[in-house]
Amino acid sequence: MLKHRVIPALLLRNDGLVKTHRFKSPQYIGDPLNAVRIFNDKEVDELMVLDMDASKTGAPPNFSMIEQLAGECFMPLCYGGGIRALDDARRIFALGIEKVCLQTAALRDLSIVSRIAERYGQQSVVVSVDVKRDWLGKPKLYAAATSKTIKFSWQQFIQDAVTAGAGEILLNAVDRDGTLKGPDLPLIGAVSKGLPIPLISLGGVSSLADIKAAVEAGATAVAAGAFFVLHGPHRAVLITYPQYRNLEKLFAN
Amino acid sequence: MSADMIVIPDVGIGNVKSVANMLNRVGAPVHVSNQPGDLKNAKRIILAGVGAFDAGMQALSAGGWVEQLQEAVRVRKVPVLGICLGMQLLCKGSEEGTIPGLCWVDATVMRFDAKEFPNIKVPHMGWNTIDVKRTNDIIPVDEPDQRYYFAHSYHVVCEDRNNLVATVDYGNAVAAVIQNENVFGVQFHPEKSHRFGMHLLANFLKV
Repeated sequence: MLKHRVIPALLLRNDGLVKTHRFKSPQYIGDPLNAVRIFNDKEVDELMVLDMDASKTGAPPNFSMIEQLAGECFMPLCYGGGIRALDDARRIFALGIEKVCLQTAALRDLSIVSRIAERYGQQSVVVSVDVKRDWLGKPKLYAAATSKTIKFSWQQFIQDAVTAGAGEILLNAVDRDGTLKGPDLPLIGAVSKGLPIPLISLGGVSSLADIKAAVEAGATAVAAGAFFVLHGPHRAVLITYPQYRNLEKLFAN
Repeated sequence: MSADMIVIPDVGIGNVKSVANMLNRVGAPVHVSNQPGDLKNAKRIILAGVGAFDAGMQALSAGGWVEQLQEAVRVRKVPVLGICLGMQLLCKGSEEGTIPGLCWVDATVMRFDAKEFPNIKVPHMGWNTIDVKRTNDIIPVDEPDQRYYFAHSYHVVCEDRNNLVATVDYGNAVAAVIQNENVFGVQFHPEKSHRFGMHLLANFLKV
């Protein structure tokens, strides 16, 4: 039976890893290569590395860093950040990465998703959807590059992304990012309903029970940041990943 | 094996770098090549690819690989391993396209039919276990908790059950490993399947 993937999501800033809190106040975590080596040794299901600055500053993806990371990963690796053209994706795949994750370029024009899917297959392109609740608690589509909510319907955007050829949706609950307050289960439920492609949820996970709850709410796979890199009330840096047997047990009943 | 004996054709259809990375880690020197003539000295060939079936076959043809591959695999019986789309290209053809495949295995590539595979999400993406159907030389025998990473939207259907080495359960049994004499195919990505895939690739180097 297909297993639910549990995915550390790492944020890249300059040449270091950071962890944010509700998309703000990045805290330095450490050297990306070192972290990736540790996660590889722990035999994690998959890794996501997202460059939080590339789309904000207009910088291209950090290809030399990506190549080094790929060389350490004997598990699937998804890279996101600063991908604007088919050629960026081509270069990233050639470096040994299997998936690219797009948000800023996809919000501008979903045809880039179609072009990547046609050339490299649907499985190679993830569309990142950030959702932030407004003061009434209503979910709104959010653009990480500008730190602003967007008027366009998030439901419609996801539907359009699927039509364009996205292989997976990465759903990030902005209000839960780095908070360790649990995933936004109603949001996961709403997105997963009728979604024909895998859904990766991100944001808020603080425990194995949260991971299970996200899966029960409808997530195909669960990503988390702080849960895998921070520890304790003082947010000390500690890289961890559950034992495979414990994950098996978690999903078994 | 010397450096040019394991040849991975690089025709721009897949992640050949990660396959090379993993073979390097097991200490096997590989030659990622864009020269079909390099197949003349090949003792092992790995066809790695992702994406659309026709694009894959077109890339092989355009690069001048097909004739050299046929000679190496059919005439000299060089062991070949197809990974993901690479496995699908070993077959006769695909519902995804119109161009014939390499025709080394009596099999065709099909969509995930909604009747046969109800309530599944496509692509089949993630880690799954396999059920070994017959004795073979490449699947590791002494690895507990063996699991492999899959990412595909089409699947191989063998006409000859003897070619089906292992299946994976995704709503129904799906071909995971196939073999016809010196032709091997794996639907999953051994190069992205930790020590399990590493072990499998090492076994392929010994067949």
